[in-house]
Amino acid sequence: MFKKDITPGAKSKVKSSTQRGIRAKVLEEYPLLEPHIEAILPKKEQLDVIKLPDRVALYTLGTTPLFFQHMDDAIMPHLTVVHRYPDAFHRLRIDRGAIRFVLSGASLMVPGLTSAGGRLPDDDEDEEERYGEDELEAGTVVVIEAEGKETACMVGVLKMGTAEMKKVKKGQACEAGHYLGDGLWGLSLG
Amino acid sequence: MASETNPKQVSYCGVCSLPPEYCEFGGTVKKCEDWLKEHQPALHKKLYSQETIEQNLSALSIDAQKRAEKDAQKKAAKAAASEAKEAETRATSKILIKRIERNKRKYVTAVQGLEAFGLDNKKVAKDFGKKFATGSSVTKVPGGGEEITVQGDLSDDICDYLVETYKDIPEDNVDCIEEKKKKPTPAIG
Ligand SMILES: [Zn+2]
Repeated sequence: MFKKDITPGAKSKVKSSTQRGIRAKVLEEYPLLEPHIEAILPKKEQLDVIKLPDRVALYTLGTTPLFFQHMDDAIMPHLTVVHRYPDAFHRLRIDRGAIRFVLSGASLMVPGLTSAGGRLPDDDEDEEERYGEDELEAGTVVVIEAEGKETACMVGVLKMGTAEMKKVKKGQACEAGHYLGDGLWGLSLG
Repeated sequence: MASETNPKQVSYCGVCSLPPEYCEFGGTVKKCEDWLKEHQPALHKKLYSQETIEQNLSALSIDAQKRAEKDAQKKAAKAAASEAKEAETRATSKILIKRIERNKRKYVTAVQGLEAFGLDNKKVAKDFGKKFATGSSVTKVPGGGEEITVQGDLSDDICDYLVETYKDIPEDNVDCIEEKKKKPTPAIG
């Protein structure tokens, strides 16, 4: 989605009614952010929206990027938000070998998740249930963590349900999303 | 999935901007490591310990290791090449500061060529405005490109300011010139 460097477009203030709507949408998509929502999207502070190429809107608070949305698709968190509240999102884990592909903007493939180093929900190796118990449907926004790393490297939308991934063990797992070092990550808002 | 109450603090690498644990996948690992050692010695010790390195290696098959290594070398070479190129553009690029006479004794100062030094015209224009308490804006140049137009005769001040503020700009690469109002071509008689 942001494989190329981005030149940000016009920045404008978000109307307060729209701001309430964004807050509601964020909570609907990520209910576990509820205890933190006031810290992330304070009611009294002015949210800005920046137009990015390909009809993506980026919501920012001052110079902090928060969420982005392509047209009317699901609203998605910027990776710095994910890093601050890692357990508020559905997450999966890729094996070490897949990291460099994800960081170069390649689509995330299923074998990176189903291999020994990868993690899907309800994984026997996952004793703390970091990756949840319930299978996820295609279309779910997921955060991608990596074997041996503490912080997430990508956020994207599942192209295939996790139950199916376990069965077929191949194919594309995620739609292109936002990854560490991409154009959105490198965007300077200062 | 228990929810932690406090936001987690994640620090980012001062060289490549990624969380330091991901530096190894970029093309500037050596620089990243030096930066981390200086700024976050504890994390440096953890991430670059023998143990971590061995653990990382054992997670990959020999084949995948080789491919990853080749890939890393390519990336490093690419990063080095683009850095060298950037340094070269910097060395050969000129910043042009022009004093332009608008009306009698009224001047504007135009500044061109800041982009080659990685500067953003819009931001610098704002800084000029604040620093010299004057009007300063980015204007398009006929034939493509941009320049900053500052109200007033500030050539020398701007030259000093640029060289002092941005260490990457050598003084020799800044030229000040004067653009006289075009005189009407004398009639041949
Ligand atoms: Zn780094």
